[in-house]
Amino acid sequence: MSFLNLKADRSKYPQRDADGKMQIDLDSHKFVKLWQGPNHPGVTGNMSVELTLAGDEIVEAKTHVGYLHRGFEKLIERRLFIQGMQTSIRMCVAEPDSNEYVYCTAIEELSNVEIPEMAKWIRTLILEMARLQSLVRVVPGQAGTFGLGLGVQWGVYMRELILDRFEELTGGRVYHMFMTPGGVRGLLPDGFKTRMEENLKEIESFAHRIDDLIFNNVVFKKRAVDTAVIDPSWIDNYGITGFVARSAGFNRDVRKSFPYLIYDQLDFEPKVMEYSDIYNRAKVRWFDILTTVDLIRQIMRKMPEKGDFKAQTPNVLHWTAPKGETYVRSESSRGEYGMYVVTDGTNKPRRVNLRGVSYTHAICVLEDLLVGVNIADVAAVMVSLQTCPPEIER
Amino acid sequence: MSFKDVLIPFKAWGNFFKEPVTLKNPMREAAPRYRGFHKNNVNECIGCGTCESICENEAIVMIPVDSVETKNGDSGLRPMVDYGRCCWCGLCVDVCTTNSLSLSNEYTWVAEDPEEMKYIPGVDKKPWDENEKGWKKPEGNFSYYPLERPHMQELHPEDRDHSFIEIVKGYSDEEALLEADRCVECGICTATCPAHMGIPEYIKAIRNKDVEEGLRIMYETNPLPEICGRICTHKCETVCSLGHRGEPISIRWLKRYIADQVPTSKYAEVLRQDSVEQNGKKVAIVGAGPAGLSAAYYLRQLGYSVTIFEKLIAAGGMMRYGIPEYRLPYDQIDKDVDYILAQGVDIKYNTEIGKDIAFEKLEQDFNAVYVATGLHSGRSTRVPGSDHAMVFQAIDLLRKITLGEPIEVAEKVVVIGGGNVAMDITRSMARLQKIKYGKVNVIATALESEDKMPADREEIVEAREENAVINPGWGPREIVVENNTVKGLKVVRCLSVFDETGRFNPSFDEADTNFFEADMVVESIGQGADLGFIPASYMEKLEKDPRGRIKVDPHTYQSSLEWLFMGGDIIEGPDVIHGVANGHKAAKGIDLLLNK
Repeated sequence: MSFLNLKADRSKYPQRDADGKMQIDLDSHKFVKLWQGPNHPGVTGNMSVELTLAGDEIVEAKTHVGYLHRGFEKLIERRLFIQGMQTSIRMCVAEPDSNEYVYCTAIEELSNVEIPEMAKWIRTLILEMARLQSLVRVVPGQAGTFGLGLGVQWGVYMRELILDRFEELTGGRVYHMFMTPGGVRGLLPDGFKTRMEENLKEIESFAHRIDDLIFNNVVFKKRAVDTAVIDPSWIDNYGITGFVARSAGFNRDVRKSFPYLIYDQLDFEPKVMEYSDIYNRAKVRWFDILTTVDLIRQIMRKMPEKGDFKAQTPNVLHWTAPKGETYVRSESSRGEYGMYVVTDGTNKPRRVNLRGVSYTHAICVLEDLLVGVNIADVAAVMVSLQTCPPEIER
Repeated sequence: MSFKDVLIPFKAWGNFFKEPVTLKNPMREAAPRYRGFHKNNVNECIGCGTCESICENEAIVMIPVDSVETKNGDSGLRPMVDYGRCCWCGLCVDVCTTNSLSLSNEYTWVAEDPEEMKYIPGVDKKPWDENEKGWKKPEGNFSYYPLERPHMQELHPEDRDHSFIEIVKGYSDEEALLEADRCVECGICTATCPAHMGIPEYIKAIRNKDVEEGLRIMYETNPLPEICGRICTHKCETVCSLGHRGEPISIRWLKRYIADQVPTSKYAEVLRQDSVEQNGKKVAIVGAGPAGLSAAYYLRQLGYSVTIFEKLIAAGGMMRYGIPEYRLPYDQIDKDVDYILAQGVDIKYNTEIGKDIAFEKLEQDFNAVYVATGLHSGRSTRVPGSDHAMVFQAIDLLRKITLGEPIEVAEKVVVIGGGNVAMDITRSMARLQKIKYGKVNVIATALESEDKMPADREEIVEAREENAVINPGWGPREIVVENNTVKGLKVVRCLSVFDETGRFNPSFDEADTNFFEADMVVESIGQGADLGFIPASYMEKLEKDPRGRIKVDPHTYQSSLEWLFMGGDIIEGPDVIHGVANGHKAAKGIDLLLNK
């Protein structure tokens, strides 16, 4: 089946000088400069990749950001502590709750506010629901980048199921704004757990159908296996975290290494794989779907029925935090998501800095990962890193 | 990779025969907690504007509304929401001080004109106004500001019932900070305070740990902060927006905290009052009560030469001679009064107008005269026996206690009256009885039922803690006198105090009677003004209102005689803060007159 071999040996092109540096001379007409993005269906959000092609193969890639900058960090620095949360969530649309968590926790740490036990359980539930709605959309979306639209539609359907539960619990579908410095804004509504369990069953069933549709699909395998392989040596050099590190054999999970909220009371083991190509990076997240479903079940089973869900905080209109700094991390569906906050004794943060996962994955890693990749696979590589441009440009 | 991989994906065709999961009507009803369009119960809303303060997008603006009247406790403003800015976070709902604001679970609204997307919930009628579902403030004790006051340290009843030592100890630094932190800075208090004190501003000064700035803010509108910080009738607290959901801010104690923190010796330095240019005009003030002192202070700030004529031996008026020392210690009165007098106010004690100096002389010697003599004549119930020698007026007894003159303290005392003066004499008598007899036997009785008694609630509670009996709801019928000795007070059940038109017209149930044993009866049913020092020739010229009271301009307190201004309890109140307020206004009125 040699005609199916899409990976032709192009190691001679472009030529390299004595230092191994590529000799790219655009005037030679052997290379083509092509921009993918900033508006392109294959780019997850507004960013662009400047590609240099030899034939249909990428020989050089540069990432360009700046199309999406809304100055969120600076906006938060000009808002009261209570108001920052509503701005922070907008730094990642697909999974806003990690922002809520890291922001609220940073403010609580700096103000010495201890949140009630019930709030910890509900926050954990929300974080896992957010992870699930993100994963069920993006895992079949990986096949979507290769042209398989059906999985994407299933993904959107599964996500909607979770968004229904979000709407019921938090009052919002996409932006939940349910965590607040000091706790959360309510308890679970009556019958929530039953409806959630129904949704989880449906998602599990669809997860197995996705396994059949995508991971046992000859086209998907042909395109994804051995494409854009991340060498294990890259993991520490680039600071790769989350599922990308786990797909390369590194057991990296903030929930395990630095347990927060009530993760130490939950029984789970994140999946680790040995070889990080597009296929395995999708598959490891497919396993994450099952782990997350199980985690949500555990949380709903173990969490207390009633209890205080918000600590008494200072008056939010005059809330001041003493001088200090903190870094709060959480495990988002993409990897380590953290926020560094500095306070100077006033009623607003002095500095807010978000460590978005894509800042590492979609700028430095992507540039190197795209070299040698077929132009048709650029979108797939970006999705395999679960790129989220808003968290690059805060 | 195997041949299986070619076949397995076709299992997806299994869905072909299943029901579609898409919704036929995507405009389904949202969840009961959904954060949709705003609703506002306009009648519950007080226009405090906390929603406006908390909104991070400035989507809420408080604007005047025709259908809402501005009054004490209601700014008359209502929130207008701009959906071009709103992010539906619902913080405005969570922070609402009255729980009037909520969100419906409606989320579809089509309008051709974008300006329509700005509207005043509850005023501009919308289809979702009646929608019961949607986001509401979370249940339980959820609050974005503490709803309870820090506990005020007080003397234990056993430690205070035999002395006149001040009961309330005042806030510590930590307590004051905690209490100041609760304020939402709505300014409803400022609008209601007769003196319009900058309450949110001086509370902010406490939060900023700058009590000196707080003192400067207070002196802009009230030169008696130590006194008002103890005994003000705190109308501000009655309307405080936090009082709708929790305890109102203890504004009075915070005022006292600021004044207590600054020692008298630092007042001049803190208030930074440069010497004003003297304008050579002279103003006479009759009576050194709160109104007279307030007018004197602000007139001095304007450069007038001020002379106060005081009948008694010390300044303070009713604050000194009406309020017992356990509520307002004399040294604290002195602190405020001395600072005012130190501004160059000339005060003539023991000088009674009409006796020591003729009223006409004031007109001749001064450019303007401000009369604020207060209400120092007790009213009698005029029931049979009320002319007996063992029947006293509360106000006379209180004055004698202050002056250190001996007063009659019987073993069994009945007090008639349910106001704060009645509570003052009840509690003073209880203390004197405890000192003299070692036990307390004083009964206070009032026309009103307990929940409608005009006295402050804490006065009633504390009086009971001091073993006084409060037995309200009775109308006095007769002070029983046998062999020229008071035996007690006969009372009948009072059913209501006011008639349907709101006029004082008590009705009684004559069948329900009671008898309180007493050796001595104290009447405390109100006080009247004694304006006998104003000669009849002037009185005739003064314009009166239909009820026979002297008419003054409500802004300048100027009477129909151009040079004569009147204020204090004789015009409005009666309480200290009204006196302070109209003293200040009269000072401005006098300046308007003399500085034309």
